[in-house]
Amino acid sequence: MTGSKTGIHRETRMTRYLTTTALALSMIGGAAMAEPVKVGMITTLSGGGASLGIDTRDGFMLAVEEAGNPELEVVIEDDQQKPEIAVQLSDKMIQSEDVDVLTGIVWSNLAMAVVPGATRQGKFYLSTNAAPSQLAGKGCHENYFSVSYQNDNLHEAAGAYATNEGFGTMFIMAPNYPAGQDSLAGFKRFYEGEVASEVYTQLGQTDYAAEIAQIRDSGADGLFFFLPGGMGISFMKQWAEAGIDMPVVGPAFSFSQDILPAIGDAAIGVKNTAQWSKDIDNEANAHFVEAFEAKYDRLPSLYAAQGYDTARLLLAAMDKADISDADAFREALRAAEFDSVRGKFSFGPNQHPVQDIYVREVVSEDGTLTNKIVATAMEDRGDAYAEECKM
Amino acid sequence: MSAAEIPAPRARRAAPSRETLVNAGLGLALLVFGLGAWLLDEPFLITLATKVAILAIAGAGLNLVLGYGGLVSFGHAAYFGIGGYTSGILAHHALNYTPMFEWPFLFEGSTSMPLIWLFAMVLGGLAALAIGALSLRTTGVYFIMITLAFGQMIFYFAISWPAYGGEDGLPIYVRNGFPGLNTLDPIQFFALAVAVLFAVLGLISMLAHSRFGLALQAARQNRQRLMAVGIRPGGVLLVAFVISGAITALAGALYADLNRFVSPSMLSWHLSGELLVFLILGGTGRLFAPLAGAGLYITLEHVLGGVSDYWQFYFGLLLLGVVLFARGGVIGFLTGGRHG
Amino acid sequence: MSMILLIEQLLNGIQSGLMLFLMAAGLTLVFGVMGLINLAHGSLYMVGAFACAGVAAATGSFWLGLAASIAAAAAAGAIVEVAVIRRLYARDHLDQVLATFALILIFSEGTRWLYGSFPLYLNVPAALSGSVTLPGGIQYSLFRLAIIGAGLAVAVGLFLLIGKTRIGVQVRAGEADREMIAGLGVDIGRLYTLVFALGAALAGLAGALVGTIQSVQVGMGEPVLILAFVVIVIGGIGSIKGALIGALLVGLTDTMGRVLLPPLFSLFMETSAATSIGAALASMAIYILMALVLVVRPGGLFGARA
Repeated sequence: MTGSKTGIHRETRMTRYLTTTALALSMIGGAAMAEPVKVGMITTLSGGGASLGIDTRDGFMLAVEEAGNPELEVVIEDDQQKPEIAVQLSDKMIQSEDVDVLTGIVWSNLAMAVVPGATRQGKFYLSTNAAPSQLAGKGCHENYFSVSYQNDNLHEAAGAYATNEGFGTMFIMAPNYPAGQDSLAGFKRFYEGEVASEVYTQLGQTDYAAEIAQIRDSGADGLFFFLPGGMGISFMKQWAEAGIDMPVVGPAFSFSQDILPAIGDAAIGVKNTAQWSKDIDNEANAHFVEAFEAKYDRLPSLYAAQGYDTARLLLAAMDKADISDADAFREALRAAEFDSVRGKFSFGPNQHPVQDIYVREVVSEDGTLTNKIVATAMEDRGDAYAEECKM
Repeated sequence: MSAAEIPAPRARRAAPSRETLVNAGLGLALLVFGLGAWLLDEPFLITLATKVAILAIAGAGLNLVLGYGGLVSFGHAAYFGIGGYTSGILAHHALNYTPMFEWPFLFEGSTSMPLIWLFAMVLGGLAALAIGALSLRTTGVYFIMITLAFGQMIFYFAISWPAYGGEDGLPIYVRNGFPGLNTLDPIQFFALAVAVLFAVLGLISMLAHSRFGLALQAARQNRQRLMAVGIRPGGVLLVAFVISGAITALAGALYADLNRFVSPSMLSWHLSGELLVFLILGGTGRLFAPLAGAGLYITLEHVLGGVSDYWQFYFGLLLLGVVLFARGGVIGFLTGGRHG
Repeated sequence: MSMILLIEQLLNGIQSGLMLFLMAAGLTLVFGVMGLINLAHGSLYMVGAFACAGVAAATGSFWLGLAASIAAAAAAGAIVEVAVIRRLYARDHLDQVLATFALILIFSEGTRWLYGSFPLYLNVPAALSGSVTLPGGIQYSLFRLAIIGAGLAVAVGLFLLIGKTRIGVQVRAGEADREMIAGLGVDIGRLYTLVFALGAALAGLAGALVGTIQSVQVGMGEPVLILAFVVIVIGGIGSIKGALIGALLVGLTDTMGRVLLPPLFSLFMETSAATSIGAALASMAIYILMALVLVVRPGGLFGARA
């Protein structure tokens, strides 16, 4: 499996990525009416967090290649998960590459570094993942769209789910950084039971023996945790070893397709919340899952789905309006007239999604770990910050 | 530790040496690159050149203690980050019209670079005073590690301290101002950074040739002899450490304005490592080593980064080669081998 | 907090300390004998974890994976020593830091090149999975007990090796006076390669054991590398005893800080803020400990030389 993956790396690496047979087609066609749109994708392609960025890119590029729109050009760069590199890349894309749209950032801290500057310079930013509360509330901007969610959404849904399930007391845990603090706040916003204990772990922590002992001791009805990436893998393996019989719920990040294989069977049965799952029953989704697997030889993750939807939203807007007319283009984006792999999809007043959020369960399908929808946690959920947004 | 192996910078008064010519060439190259980018209307290249200048200032701060004083500080990101946060926090309060404190007098933050720089240098110097006073009790590898420990302490504090964004960092929406300049114009900001760089290099050159500089170099080479003439090496090293911290903090403030953003990554140990890398790439102990090293690093990052996702692999090989086989760094190469 | 929980947390602290000791032992050995700061020790840890995961996935046997981790890390260590490290013994610490920093980049990106960016699967073998009930009713993970055992075994083994064997005599003589031991006809080059490979093998073992209950991915060596440095600096660089004591101190400080500081703060402030501030302070605790130790004893607790 590693062989094919590295093959994809090389293939898509070129910084100037002219889509499909773009040039040839546009020359023959000649009659292309729309203005060309240049997209700058800044995402994480190296280092420990690379798997998220690679999925984002692959999902996005799948939609781009399927559309074969010769007017769309995508430039891809690696931010190394460092905010100062991300800023530098956005400067480069805006100042020398003259892009119209930026996208692709995985991490909230990188988004906070890039988005305010980019939107103020009149560029569109379409978020494929990170959507910090600052950018949804007072810091919202007419050129900023989140296609994924608002950061709190999945945590809120977990809170709603815990309430629905009648968990009387919950142990809640997240790393001690802004996204972690937002996570626990989001959970509590919709959880009506009692919080048995609230624990902040260290960012990047890998050993959770002490926390697991506290959880066991708390005797809570359930555990909610938000530990993205390697932290979640470590925690779940150690949790399974501890053999504690307590239901676990968390946002999808620790159970998305890119890391499930690394956790192994320890993840089976865990409930997690997401706005997308590969078994959502609609035509766009069925096609996406099949095409992604065919092209990349692995199942798509949440990040891949978000990347795919972002590209489709952009392509739909390009069909309706010229990028040179920013107001018309913005309206076309707001209309969001595309078939989302999530099914229903629309934008709220702060240009963040209004969508259903599901509860998924980790299951083993023919020996492959994946997620299956078991319930709907929230319907038509917008976000908690829309009111603060003055646009 | 065998610090004496680091080639010693020597005071020179004779006709311009080969190194002086190389230094002049390096300074000129930076200016020409920036101005060339401006003429070609390539603002991003100006931004890159500005980044080189600013990182070179940070490296110059480190060079004072490392190249001249022989102290391997593995925690200089701390002062860089403190400078960055000084700029970010002052601007944050000024832009949001939220006073920083009201007692003993009303202070609403500031967006004026000279004032921010002053604050950054004072705070960076104070931090270096506290950290240096404790760290200088140790030597050798213990010194390397205790400076790293203080750096990590501040890093974790910044990540989990929610008031100024924690790990998310703090955006500065509009670049801070400098009287008489439009700092938002890339070429003007570049000119400002280069002016600061040359001023800092001039200051360091002056210090190196002063009585203080000679005592500093003596502290590296032979502490006993220094004590014999009645100078406490600890005091000399501490003063150098404080000046070094202040200079690196100044670079941090500029860097925050370059990116219009500060975050704890400015405080990470990787950054401390990168500053050390600049010096060794450039040629440890040479006045212009930070400029040569930062220039080479940024160039490689862009050239190699465009070629392969795995560019750090090649960069690692190159760095290894320089450490093992080309100890004079870029400047050593350009001046034809060993020092002097 | 109940007494039982407190005891369990102390046990967790000791366990995390011994985990760190596995890592720190090789680091301090290499520094003690050759006077070398090796930042790439974390990369050898990663090599061990990847070798274990790779072989375990291919053969289905965790134990073969464990053996492979030791062999792979030792081999990688020996190759690196011959190709790079031996040129660094006579250099100053700055050169050592930078050259081994370069090795980190080469190892990390090289591994990513070979294995891709997605984390690997490695799980506890059936024989060691699940938990046992200790006296007093403490439920404790069997695998963690095994790590405690491995840590103690390595500690005893190293003390015996250094104290009782011919190699140990040479190592100690080499620490004291390098010229003399060369004069006595010992092949110092071979001795150094051997010691470095031994240190690497210990790192590989640590990587495999710890990787089993953590995440096997590129970059996994860096956080633990910094912690291992904290350990050996507190203990006194070059001292195995110091590394053991230092590791236990760091493990206990970190664990008990995480457990006790947040409730301590919530005694006099609102819970959410208290947990956040308590956790922030806990993450700084070991660095504060290290600074305190060095201020009082600039050569570490059992340091022979700086």
